This record gives sequence, C-alpha cells and structure tokens, in this order.
Amino acid sequence: MTPTVVLPVMIGGLYAAGVYLLLDRSLTRVLLGFVLLGNATNLLLLSTGGPAGLAPILGYSDPEQFNDPLPQALILTAIVITFGVSAFVLAIIHRSWRLARNEAVGTDEEDRRVAARKATDADELDPDDLAPEDRAAMHADSRAGVLEELADDVDLPAGSGTR
Amino acid sequence: MIEVLAPLPVLLPLLGAAGALLVSGHPAFQRALSTTVLTAVLAVSVVLLFVADAEGATSVSVGGWAVPLGIVLVVDRLSALMLVVASTVALGVLVFAVGQGAADGSEETPLSIFHPTFLVLVAGVGNAFLAGDLFNLYVGFEILLMASYVLLTLGGTAARIRGGITYIVVSLTSSLVFLAAIGLVYAATGTVNMAQLAVRLGELPEGTQVLLQSMLLIAFGIKAAVFPLSAWLPDSYPTAPAPVTAVFAGLLTKVGVYAIIRTQTLLFPGGALDDLLMWAALATMLVGILGAVAQRDLRRMLSFTLVSHIGYMVFGIALGTAAGLAGAVFYVAHHIAIQTTLFLVAGLVERQGGTTSVDRLGGLARRSPLLAVLFFVPAMNLAGIPPLSGFIGKVGLLQAGVAEGSAVAFTLVAGGVVTSLLTLLAVARVWTRAFWRSPNQSPAEDTAAAAAADATLRRRPEHDGAASDGEAADGGSRTALQDAWRRHTAVATAAEPDLPPAAGAVRALRPLPATMVGATTALVALTVALTGLAGPLYGLADRAATDLVDRTPYTTSVFGTEEVP
Repeated sequence: MTPTVVLPVMIGGLYAAGVYLLLDRSLTRVLLGFVLLGNATNLLLLSTGGPAGLAPILGYSDPEQFNDPLPQALILTAIVITFGVSAFVLAIIHRSWRLARNEAVGTDEEDRRVAARKATDADELDPDDLAPEDRAAMHADSRAGVLEELADDVDLPAGSGTR
Repeated sequence: MIEVLAPLPVLLPLLGAAGALLVSGHPAFQRALSTTVLTAVLAVSVVLLFVADAEGATSVSVGGWAVPLGIVLVVDRLSALMLVVASTVALGVLVFAVGQGAADGSEETPLSIFHPTFLVLVAGVGNAFLAGDLFNLYVGFEILLMASYVLLTLGGTAARIRGGITYIVVSLTSSLVFLAAIGLVYAATGTVNMAQLAVRLGELPEGTQVLLQSMLLIAFGIKAAVFPLSAWLPDSYPTAPAPVTAVFAGLLTKVGVYAIIRTQTLLFPGGALDDLLMWAALATMLVGILGAVAQRDLRRMLSFTLVSHIGYMVFGIALGTAAGLAGAVFYVAHHIAIQTTLFLVAGLVERQGGTTSVDRLGGLARRSPLLAVLFFVPAMNLAGIPPLSGFIGKVGLLQAGVAEGSAVAFTLVAGGVVTSLLTLLAVARVWTRAFWRSPNQSPAEDTAAAAAADATLRRRPEHDGAASDGEAADGGSRTALQDAWRRHTAVATAAEPDLPPAAGAVRALRPLPATMVGATTALVALTVALTGLAGPLYGLADRAATDLVDRTPYTTSVFGTEEVP
C-alpha cells in the first residue's frame, strides 16, 4: 500500500493555522487555535498507526488486515481531554467577558512596573546623604520636629480618623 | 503486597475526590475526609518507599494485562521518594487551606470546590510519578493540569483569570507537544512502554533520537519552567490563593523535573543534549535569580527564585553522572519542601501585614516574632546557609560538577555559587524591609495614594506660602501634613490601596489562625528535619541515582528478566 500524502498535508495545514490563531490576543481565537492544534495532533497519532486496515475485532475481520488499534485508543483519550479543556477555556472566556467586557490576553501590570522602574530604588539611598529638599516627603528625620509638634492634637501613627 | 499498595496513591485521592464532591454540603465532613485520604496516601507512600528501598524497583500490571500491552505502574526508589515528599507537602498545604477557610469564610476560595480539586491534583501527581508508560505519564500530567486550571482560577477574580489564561495556554501548548512526541515515538518504535522504549529507542538512527528527545524535553521543560520556557511562571503563580500557589510551586514544576530525569536517564541515556541542558541550566539559574532580585512583591520574588533553583536540578541531570543525579534527586526533595513552606509563609505575611508588597510591609519581626522565625529559617535554607539542607544539596551538586571536570561544568559551578549568593541577597532584602525595619519607615513610593499624599505636601506651601509667610501658611501646611501622614499610614498597612484606612488597619491586626501557623510550623520543622536526616536521605538519593544510571533495575522490574522483548 502506498502512503497517502493527504494526511501529512492536512496535519501541516492544521498546525500552521492553529499556531497562527494561538498567537492572537483574542481568547476566542486562542481557543479555536487550540482546537485546530488538538485535531492536528490527533491526525498525527492516527497516521502513526500505519496504513488503513480493517476494524480490529476478532472474528469479524482477518487479523492479518487489522488496523493498529492502539493509536485509536490514544486518540479517544486525547479527544476527551481536549473536549474537557475546551469547555473549561470557554468558561474562562465567558468569565473574562463578564468581568471586563474584554476577552483578550491581559498584561502583567506588576511586570511592567518592575520593567519601567528607574535603576536606583528610592529606599536604597541613605536619606541623610541627600540635601533636605531632596529627601522623601515623609522622611522621618526631616519631619521629626514637625511630627512631635503634631503629636499633641493627632493620634500618630495610627491616625484612625479622630481629628 | 506491593500489587495492592502501588495503585493506591492514585486511587485513594480519586475516590476521595468523588466522596468530597458528594458531601460538599457538609464542610466539616469534607475536611475530615480529604485530610484522612491524604494521610492515608502519605502512609502508603512511606511503606512503598521502604519496600522499594529494601527490594529495589517493582512493577504492577494494572488490570492483569500482559506487560507490553497493559498499563504498568513502576515503583522504584526515585518515584517512591517523590511520592513521599509530594504527599507530605500536600497534606501540610491541605491543613493550611482548612485553617484559612475556617478563618476567612469561603468568598475567595470556595472550599467545596477546593477539596475535590486538590485531591484530583494529588492523584495526577501520583499517577505521573508511578507511570510506567509514556501515555500514562501524559494522562497523569493532564489530570494534574486540569485540576490546576481550576485551582488557579478559583473564585474567578479578574487578576486570577488573567494569570490563569497565561498558564492554561502555555500548559496546553506543552501538552500538545508532548502528545505529538508520543505519537512520533510510537510511530518509530511501536510501543509506549518506557521499559521497552529504553531498549528500542537506542536502536533508532541518531537524528530521529535527537528529534524525539528534544520534543520530549521541550514539553517537560515548559512544565518544569526551564529557561527560555519559564516566562509563564512568575506571571501566573502569584495571583492564586496562598495554599494553591504553595502546592503549585512545590509540586507541579518538580513533576516536570521528574519527567526530565526519566527522559534523560531511562529513555535517552546517550547524553546527546547534555551540553544544551547545561547551558539551559545556567541561564535558568542566572536569569531567574536576577529577576528575583528586581522584584518588590514577596510572592513574585519567590516565583523567580523557584525558576532559578530549577536550574540546579537541571544542572545535576545534565551532568549525567550518578553523583550529579543524586544531587539533583536530593535537591528536588529539598526544594519541594522549602518552596512550599516559603509560599505558605508568604500567605501568613499577607494576612499579618495585609499585603505581599515588600515596599508596604514593615515591622513584622516585632509584631509577630514567630512569623519572623518561620520566614527566616526556610529563607536561609533556600539561600544555602550551612548547615541547612539547601547547603548540603548545593554542595553535592557542586562537587559532582567539579568531579565531572569539563569547562562547561566549572562554568556551572561558578554560576551555582553566584546564584546562591544572589538568592541570599534577594531573601535578605525581604528580611530587612518587611521584617526588620520599623513600620513607619516603609516608603510606599510606587503606590498611587502615597504619590497623592506627597503631591499634596509639595503643592500646598507654594500656594499658601506665596500669600503670606506667617500663621496661615504654617497652619495650611500642617493640615496638609496631617492628611498626608494619615494617608501614608493607611497605605503602609492597608491590604489594597483602595481600601479605606480603617478597614486596612483592622485587617492587618487580625491574629493568625492557629491551624495555618501550625501547618506552616510543621513544614518548617520538616525542612529542618531534612537537614538532620540528610545523611540517610542522601544515601537514598545515591542509591536511586545508581539505579537510574544502571537502568536495568527499571527494565528488569517490568519484564521480570534481563531480556527485554
């Protein structure tokens, strides 16, 4: 039996389309991409069973012409898993839409904050080395006098709203 | 006996999960059930470890199917040791979660969902450790991943959905690569049984071997967070509830490391990609720890150290010698315990201080000396301060690296020392800021509220000072100062920047529930005990590594003879 060229071409096409969709920011497209990739992988598994044959049931067909049943069992398992994960991702997309009216992949804000930070941390500087006007506004040393004055009429530092 | 015991680490949690779902209306019963199940799993794992250490590797054919056809569970020293450590930390995390749920109610972490899902996660981890064929390993991964998706997005808040999506998409990709690799392995060899593969893969042409090996390594590398496949981890872990992050950090990446160990020793012992793994290990260590040093959030810092220390284990695996593997196995056991503990401590810090941002924390050592001890001991252990177990593991790996003697190995030894020092720097910064300084020193520079407070301060004198420089200006700036101070203290103690100051203060002053502290203390004690038991444990790791390098114990246990069909 000659090997078929249809399966490899289809697998390749599905992988290409799946990766393209997976790289999108829209979650619905990501999900569709995942489904395509899952199907491509299942086809790949199917093609590992060798050329097509008869149903692998004893007494029904000739054992010499059996199809390899193991890849089919693997595919069944993989289909169930893909189905479950797709359902979960759909639920997540729905939740994301309810929360933010947006179903795109979000940005990691803390990551951006760390990346945008200046090279020196403010609290790694010794405030005493700085000119008084450069010190942080609430630096304890520069405000110590003022705070002692304030201590008469304000509860510091708890400051729970009594004025 | 082992025929009965070996499937239990998978079966018990699965049945327990079903039971926990049935009784989800009765939280007390559910808690008792899941705790009992995990205790039983721990007991079974300990017995398995003793049996495996005494008698060597054994295998069980599930359902009685003949060996190359059916599903095989293999218990050798490595998998039994992994089971024991995993079920220990899982039990600790479960007790912590029960304590948190009892204290918090179920708004953020709906416990009726948490318990069954957590048990399914443990079942998946157990299945991955015991799996004797590649496809069963895949199924184990999928079980634990499915549970982890649910746990990571528990409660469905915006931040968790955002972090969860990254995690899910990356995990899906890695699973698909793994599945495709299984398909190709089957096409090339006609089997997925690992013991059979150990022989048949070696007969393939070299190019095919490298292709299959690199596909498997990519799939496992994503799960283990090996650089450059690690970027997803610090993005998605920190948003989850504390117990979830703890168990993920401890277990899930280590399952990936375990799979890499199996791939590199059992399936592809030739060491074709060892040099590549070496450089990946170096990059993982350095990039991870430099990321950790840059972080201001305790949980993100811990996530980056997690990535960084995966590099140590990959280093041990890439050496390929028995000494290197022994170091890696010991380090995995040590790191599961230590990283879980630190994330639990981060959960306690969040309760005590109201935040995990190191900039907004302060004075924790004075407010809660016990919490300070609970952080300090594992933190020093992570950095590898003698005589703690982190030091022993690192010394073992570095010795193995020096013994190997190549230039790459020496580069990695140097990289390992630098990483250890930078880890010390990262945890010491958290210690000095969050624990050691007094609370009102915390600058809270990057929070919007503090910026507003400072802006008020700077603006007022300009306006009022221009009008007159007498009583009025003084009074004006004084009110401004009071306002600013109040907002500032609110920011320093509040849980979320947008919470009103009063709520923040109340939340920060809540006492820590005894169950949570107890669970964390027990795990800290365990990490210290790992130091005391380091001798026997390292001996066990040595024997496990010898088995791994030898490979025949594994294949013999599956087929019963030296001959492999």
